[in-house]
Amino acid sequence: MRSTKRKKVEINSSSMADIAFLLLIFFLVTTTIQTNKGLSATLPPHSDEPQTAKFHDRNIYKVHINSSDRIMVEDAPFEGFEKLHAEVKLFILNNGENPDLSDNPKDAIVSLQMNRGTHYKRFIEVMDALQGVYYEIYGERIGITAANFDRSI
Amino acid sequence: MKIFKSKNSNHEATISTAALPDIIFMLLFFFMVTTVLRKSDENLKYKIPTAEQIKQIEKKSLITQISIGIPKEVEKFGTEPRIEADGKLIEIKDIVPFIMMEKDKLPTYNRDQIIVLLKADEEVPMGIITDVTQELRKANARRIIYGANWKSDENR
Repeated sequence: MRSTKRKKVEINSSSMADIAFLLLIFFLVTTTIQTNKGLSATLPPHSDEPQTAKFHDRNIYKVHINSSDRIMVEDAPFEGFEKLHAEVKLFILNNGENPDLSDNPKDAIVSLQMNRGTHYKRFIEVMDALQGVYYEIYGERIGITAANFDRSI
Repeated sequence: MKIFKSKNSNHEATISTAALPDIIFMLLFFFMVTTVLRKSDENLKYKIPTAEQIKQIEKKSLITQISIGIPKEVEKFGTEPRIEADGKLIEIKDIVPFIMMEKDKLPTYNRDQIIVLLKADEEVPMGIITDVTQELRKANARRIIYGANWKSDENR
């Protein structure tokens, strides 16, 4: 009579972990974590001649940066960069109260101009401050702080 | 009733390692999926600026990177800021063909949604960056990201 007890046939898989480890280490080393973050902007469509449009002067908030990274706001030198945020917010949310500032937030335009020699760092700094004002305003409309405003694209 | 086993039973204490390959494979698959194979920027060095109003791009497939910085090999490429795309140093006039090529790689339905990630060194003058953005307008790649890192709160 045949014995019912049979030896179980197995493939030795003890080296499987080693192979997997090797592959794992390879991918760990080759992976570079990409930083896909920054300040977003949408460029205007291309046209050969410069675009002109008529806006009332009160609705434009002009910010210039010169080649030595100094700021000029509304054609006057501007000292105290930290005050820019509050000033821009005042301009946007003026709603026609002050005759020098905007009619309403929809018509308000913040214009940022820079020199060819302006350093990129300064541009980002100013751009960051200006975008911060808008995010704060958008956030306030729906009752959240600028920090909680959804920043994913 | 015998509850405790006798002390002289010679059971070998082993930790079962049967699940180990599975765990390692899981990690392996994670890294395989997240790895994006692309040419790294070999020729330029740049330190990107910091900002607070950072946006994170979720759709990684739409991103095309253009970097602007000072060449690493100064004696070969000079000290002027240069533009690098896809691992090669390029000129201003090469940007439009490069963007067109990148657009062709995307599926037709989101060809116009290409996002250009501009990574530039802090000390680069705006002139070269404006030149690049003008070319991007010509190539109709108008969604751009000025690459920046999070500014930590204590630097405020």
